[in-house]
Amino acid sequence: MDVIIESFPYLLEGLKVTIYIFLVAIILGFIIGLIMALMRLSPWKVLNWIAKIFIDAIRGTPILVQLFFFYYGLNSLEFISMDRTTAGIITVAINAGAYFAEIIRAGIQSMDKGQTEAARSLGLTSSQNMRHIILPQAFRRMLPTFTNQAIISFKDTSLLSVIGIADLTQKGQVEIARTFEAFNIWLAVGVMYFIIIYLLSLLSSFLERRYKLR
Amino acid sequence: MKKICLFSFLFALMVLLAACGSSGSDEGNASGEEGDGKVYKVGIDTTYPPFEFQEGDEYKGIDVDLIRAIAEDQGFEIQLEAMDFSGIIPAMQAGELDIAIAGMSITDERKEKVDFSDPYFEAGLSLVVADGNSEITSLEDLKGKTVAVKKGTTGATFAQENKDKYGYEIVQVNDSTSMFQEVGNGTADALIEDYPVISYAIAESDLKLQVVGDRLNGDNYGIAVLKGENDELLKKINDGLASLKESGKYDEILNTYLGEQ
Repeated sequence: MDVIIESFPYLLEGLKVTIYIFLVAIILGFIIGLIMALMRLSPWKVLNWIAKIFIDAIRGTPILVQLFFFYYGLNSLEFISMDRTTAGIITVAINAGAYFAEIIRAGIQSMDKGQTEAARSLGLTSSQNMRHIILPQAFRRMLPTFTNQAIISFKDTSLLSVIGIADLTQKGQVEIARTFEAFNIWLAVGVMYFIIIYLLSLLSSFLERRYKLR
Repeated sequence: MKKICLFSFLFALMVLLAACGSSGSDEGNASGEEGDGKVYKVGIDTTYPPFEFQEGDEYKGIDVDLIRAIAEDQGFEIQLEAMDFSGIIPAMQAGELDIAIAGMSITDERKEKVDFSDPYFEAGLSLVVADGNSEITSLEDLKGKTVAVKKGTTGATFAQENKDKYGYEIVQVNDSTSMFQEVGNGTADALIEDYPVISYAIAESDLKLQVVGDRLNGDNYGIAVLKGENDELLKKINDGLASLKESGKYDEILNTYLGEQ
């Protein structure tokens, strides 16, 4: 128990890094996902193809391999240099983005055709229809799936400890290397992750109740 | 047409899997069969040449040869278990390992958890930078720089203790390879590693690194067993070590990997 109290400030530092990376990555990921989804639905075949290849490549390879590719692989090239935090954020963001893209696409396609027809008959252009009619309704429908992906991405940040990012998992390893108290430290780290994820799921159910489609 | 494609793809996958199935091999007991004695599990970190490394599917290195020779000399059996360095002592505490030989320096912190044998090698830490870096020649030049270390090592402890004094940032990674890549790719400016290991790595491979300045401290490597319950095993290890030094086998092992000193 003493060891948890002694290590707590260090673990908290790690948690701050974890939360920071998660927030930046999830916002970026959402933007990437939205762009990719609209490309997938675009009447231009070439945009559709580019987005499909990107999404398949990301979903079809392990995130750890992507992380190593971005950080060690790209950095070993002469003309590219990015720090570990950037590489870590990009990895989590494009992963979240690829999954978000599919969630958003499915959400948009699940909207009733009648909505679009109604918008047309009111004289709205197709981009106005997207912005004011389809997307707001589709997003409400997607909320639960979004939070689910956000929780997965939050857990993915734990992998970034392997490239030396001082996140919660990394701090845990470092504290164990110092104190050899594996049980207590991992217990504390696990509880800290759990609390954040629990808060995320509370937020999700709150939003769902508030924005329910009637 | 689609169906045929799918089938041939699946068939190719099966063939591939079948081909892989027969090639997996893992290095277990040196002798293959359990004698009447207990087989001791020995923890090593195979990313640490010349002390421990893997060639093909065989473990090699000073530590590996040494523990094998000690086991032979004292008549017990061993089985090598490779893992990340920082996981070795926790694995001992979990009862997964009986012995650790991993270029492990004898420190007071570690002595609280394990008992060490007599020292078998004098090492010490070195500061290492990228080849051609003339900007950093000593710890004093590290202000505002980033130093890469390996989790759970004496290098990591040293870096932590002197962080405020010299004003550098620390990045902790899991293995030596990552540490070399950090400096090679320019994401870290320097690294701290045991002198014999880094000298060997620079001499034996095309790593673009250089050792700067004198050794930062003098550490001794020891063989570890779990604290307080392995006096008999520890005595065997010490006796074995002494008899290898006596017979010249110890020098022979060192020379195999380090050349004539």
